Amino acid sequence: MTLVLKNVAKTFPGGTRALLPTDLQIGQGEIVSLLGPSGCGKSTLLRIIAGLETAEPGAEIRFDDEDVAALPVERRKVGMVFQSYALFPNMSVRRNIGYGLKMQKLPKHEIDARVDEVIALCRLEPYATRAVTALSGGQRQRVALARAFAPRPRILLLDEPLSALDASLRNQLRDELAELLRQFRITAIFVTHDQDEAMAIADRVAVMSQGEVAQIGTPEALYRNPATPFVARFVGHAMPLAGRIDKDRLHLQGGALPLATASDGLQAFVRAEDVCIDPNGPLEARVETVTFLGTHYRIALSGVTEDSLYALHRGASAPGPGETIRIAIAPEAVITLSADQKAA
Amino acid sequence: MLKSPAKLLQLLVTLAACAFLLVPTLQSVLAGVTVNYFQGISSGLTLSWIGEVWELYSDSIFLSIRLALACLAVTLVLGVPAAYALARNPGRASRILEEFISLPLAIPGLALALALLQLYGSVRGFRVNWTFILVGHVLYTLPFMVRSVLSVLAAIDLKTLEEGAASLGASPARRFVDIVVPNALPGILAGALTVVTLSIGEFNLTWMLHTPLTKTLPVGLADSYASMRLEIASAYTLVFFVMIVPLLMAMQWASARAQRIMQ
Repeated sequence: MTLVLKNVAKTFPGGTRALLPTDLQIGQGEIVSLLGPSGCGKSTLLRIIAGLETAEPGAEIRFDDEDVAALPVERRKVGMVFQSYALFPNMSVRRNIGYGLKMQKLPKHEIDARVDEVIALCRLEPYATRAVTALSGGQRQRVALARAFAPRPRILLLDEPLSALDASLRNQLRDELAELLRQFRITAIFVTHDQDEAMAIADRVAVMSQGEVAQIGTPEALYRNPATPFVARFVGHAMPLAGRIDKDRLHLQGGALPLATASDGLQAFVRAEDVCIDPNGPLEARVETVTFLGTHYRIALSGVTEDSLYALHRGASAPGPGETIRIAIAPEAVITLSADQKAA
Repeated sequence: MLKSPAKLLQLLVTLAACAFLLVPTLQSVLAGVTVNYFQGISSGLTLSWIGEVWELYSDSIFLSIRLALACLAVTLVLGVPAAYALARNPGRASRILEEFISLPLAIPGLALALALLQLYGSVRGFRVNWTFILVGHVLYTLPFMVRSVLSVLAAIDLKTLEEGAASLGASPARRFVDIVVPNALPGILAGALTVVTLSIGEFNLTWMLHTPLTKTLPVGLADSYASMRLEIASAYTLVFFVMIVPLLMAMQWASARAQRIMQ
């Protein structure tokens, strides 16, 4: 199914603008993630697509050629996975998964066949007859996914499906979820505040901030060419380089840095992995703290820009706190952007 | 087991308290099966008083059962949807409404009965009908049903469960039947047993509302103590016990079960 949103907006009672007028298009079989901090409107947008919230008048929500904006949730044929899973505690795993099919009033043998198929697909065979209250968090999450997928929904909507899990389990289930969604060959929207999750699962990521989509694109495009300072900060934790840009040079506290292109009047950002220790580098910095993280050291530097600048340093040893070192940043690693319209 | 004098003292106090409560009860029960109470046990034991109670008051027993079941039906039909509505709309208005439903608990049964008499006493057919008492019982027991169901519903994430069911295609009516009622069942069961027990044992209200032809079990008990021999009244107490004690035990069990679900 293709999804087209036009002019979808939401103001909560009390006047909070949860979602500014938003347009979005999602192609057949595409998996799109809505990524952003809490309160950015991503869950509201998902719930409007599901029909659990109503958009303001004038909104258009198209599932293929059908405008579903006026339909209640039970008639939109969406599959929804909730953060808390919302499994029915009064039903077994099988009956949870079969509930949507039962609502479609299918004959019993068809329901059984489909439930068996989905249970096998989600590798839930050992748990089929169990009570949902007897399952672990990861198993519950898979049951929730199976239940949403079993009635052959037109679109799968997942609201932070991994955030109720332990950190150690989350990484494993993230890949499992990505694989299952690919197998389902279904259009899906996935809400998360975790950029790793968004990047691992989605074909395209829509970064949201303060009720609007700041940028939408493939994970690589967002990472390499962020459109706004907010996106640069949120995706890949770019750090601002506060200084004066003069033609193709950036003047900072610790020295001047060459830029790839002339960028008068823009803001400069850099990511920690692009800050290199280099005895011949143009910038001078003072080492504040050094944290050993196994694969690399994370070094906090002062004297370059207003806030601490972090450098990821690979190598057998690292400079000690208090030392003065020289660093380099490749001209093409500096991201230059015009300032956000609003403070991010 | 009895390691210290303190433990021994504890046991003695407990036994004394139990005896204080149980001895009069046992004495009353015994009186109900004694041929002549004033002569004591030596006059012999008999079940004839119980038979006499049955002859004199079986109508009251059946009326009480009918009242209790009708009261249960009405409180289920009114109370479960009311508790659901209160659970789904948490807010000031709901809290006020909840207190309002509970108001009959704070007012003495006599006052409640007087109010009912003032309002409906002149409606002749209704005044002498058993449903007049039913109205009083529903007023008195409804808050127990609502609170019992509400406390279970408040402990589960009803909104999200219903959203889950709705996203799978369930209409509001289906969600109520498939999701709300089954998950509220422990609360409904505990509430139902409380309602039946209270209805069967209710005296204050019923005493004011009854007519000679609509005597319930407790009103009949008062009547038997006032106008029959002590042995009959005591045998009546025995019958009352036999009916109410199993209900009480079931109620305890059901509330404990509902409590467990809520944790």
